[in-house]
Amino acid sequence: MKDFKKIIEEKHDSIRSLFEEGGKFEKWYPLFEAQDTFALTPPDTTKGMTHVRDGVDLKRVMFTVVVALIPCLLWGMFNAGYQYYDASGIEANLFTMMIRGSWIVMPIILTSYIFGGIWEVAFAVIRKHEINEGFLVTGLLFPLTLPPSIALWQVAVGISFGVVVGKEVFGGTGFNILNPALTARAYLFFAHAKDMTGEVWTLAKDGATGATPLGLGASFGGEGLDVKAALADRGFTFGRMFSGLEPGSIGETAVIPILIGAAILIVTGVGSWRIMAGACAGLGATAILMNLMPIEGQEAGEIVQFTTWTQIPFLYHFVMGSFLFGTVFMATDPVSAASTNIGKWIYGALIGVVTVLVRVTNPGFPEGVMLAILFMNVMAPMIDYYVVQAHIKNRNAKLRKFSYAKG
Amino acid sequence: MPAINKIVLDPLSDNNPVTVQMLGICSALAVTAQLPTAFTMSLAVTLVLCGSNTIISMLRNVIPPKIRMIVQMVVIASLVILVDQCLKAFAYEISKELSVFVGLIITNCIVMGRAEAFAMANPPKESFLDGLGNGLGYSAVLIIVATIREILGAGTLAGIQVLPSSYPGNGLMVIAPGAFVIIGLLIWLQRSITKKYEEA
Repeated sequence: MKDFKKIIEEKHDSIRSLFEEGGKFEKWYPLFEAQDTFALTPPDTTKGMTHVRDGVDLKRVMFTVVVALIPCLLWGMFNAGYQYYDASGIEANLFTMMIRGSWIVMPIILTSYIFGGIWEVAFAVIRKHEINEGFLVTGLLFPLTLPPSIALWQVAVGISFGVVVGKEVFGGTGFNILNPALTARAYLFFAHAKDMTGEVWTLAKDGATGATPLGLGASFGGEGLDVKAALADRGFTFGRMFSGLEPGSIGETAVIPILIGAAILIVTGVGSWRIMAGACAGLGATAILMNLMPIEGQEAGEIVQFTTWTQIPFLYHFVMGSFLFGTVFMATDPVSAASTNIGKWIYGALIGVVTVLVRVTNPGFPEGVMLAILFMNVMAPMIDYYVVQAHIKNRNAKLRKFSYAKG
Repeated sequence: MPAINKIVLDPLSDNNPVTVQMLGICSALAVTAQLPTAFTMSLAVTLVLCGSNTIISMLRNVIPPKIRMIVQMVVIASLVILVDQCLKAFAYEISKELSVFVGLIITNCIVMGRAEAFAMANPPKESFLDGLGNGLGYSAVLIIVATIREILGAGTLAGIQVLPSSYPGNGLMVIAPGAFVIIGLLIWLQRSITKKYEEA
């Protein structure tokens, strides 16, 4: 093993000069650097009096997220295969389902990586900076938010929009206001709405499709108080939505793989538990408040029925739609989230609140978590600003007290 | 006194009212879903700009400074009503599609801005050319944005099918936020060609 490493190191050193300043391939340095630091330990270690022997760099942070996404990815592949055979009515074992599912999912992910990568390299070469590993995450997160039935050209256009308008316009990784993967999804959501929402989620022969529970819920009306029973009638029990054997976006249907990912992110400190906890609290509280809404009321002397969708129990909100996936992997993006500790609580809580508001009170959009996160991404700098101002004010007040006591 | 051709050409790119001065964005978002409406709007704004600049420049020495804004508004509003009535009389269909946006030319910052910044200090001929230049600069942006939006959004150009009819359309380009994205990208392109950056 050691010899192998040595061989690679020697090979790299022998061609390094070609890519450095004055070398033949100077222009392509970003490409060389990217795979050099990927294969080997980065050469830039501290040389002075201080010793940082294990600096966490962007590469490792981003790779942790990719690892955390793997359970969701595997589940997504399996579920795509399961839905395929379920809808076409063919008996199949778990293994065939997995194979079938990866045939459906892998092209989407490859397309996303290839086109995202092309833009990333293009900008790195033009702007003469190193290739950022952020796109490893963006390129995997984005396909996981798509329905398995999405057309590949749409994936390519979407990821291009996400990388260029969501990230490179602002100056590249670390400068973006919005989460690039969600920007890409939002683009497809508005540009090709009928391929992204509604009854498009199952991939099967003969174009058989099925609605997601959220899509169904938006069409409810006049079915009385018992939304739970109405959902169960259509086959969506709590258990099924928890397990994730339902139509939905590739990565978001099941709860357990997302929780595994959340655990990895929290233990390694890559994702903020404050944001996740805040979002769950915000979602739960708003959902409970919504349950208090009347379902009937008087309008101009007549009794009208409001949507019964407000009556959905709050636990259902956690397992329906992509709330958990979005909260764990999208909202915690350290670049676009709030960065003060109190700010993270506020930012997270408001994501939960806006999610329920869009889901329940807006008839146009069945799912609100994407819009909620993008909206709060925009608000995050303002939240941070006021948190910092409040700190300064508090400190000044304390200082003043101190100086009075002294004088 | 700036050179004549500079007065006309400057607002086309280096001092474009939309992409550099960021004025008139509202109408640029609202009327650019299709080429015909954008073209009519461009024509209307250019006419109003030329007219208001010329008239205000002729009046500039008799307008009392304290009420100059009111006088400018009266001139601009009269011209806008004139244009609006003409559209209603001769191009009713398009006028209906443009709805309030013709009337809202009164509040278009480009018209007011040129009156205040240029016509109040320059003779009528230069003012007319300044109005023409700014009108053309505005028109250029509107027509570029409308062309992109109509082709990408519906696959047509001025109502004629240009992309194959299997093209599924693009919902984002049909709604106003699509114009925001296009104008943003246009500004990006322009700044990276002209290398003129502004520090905020």
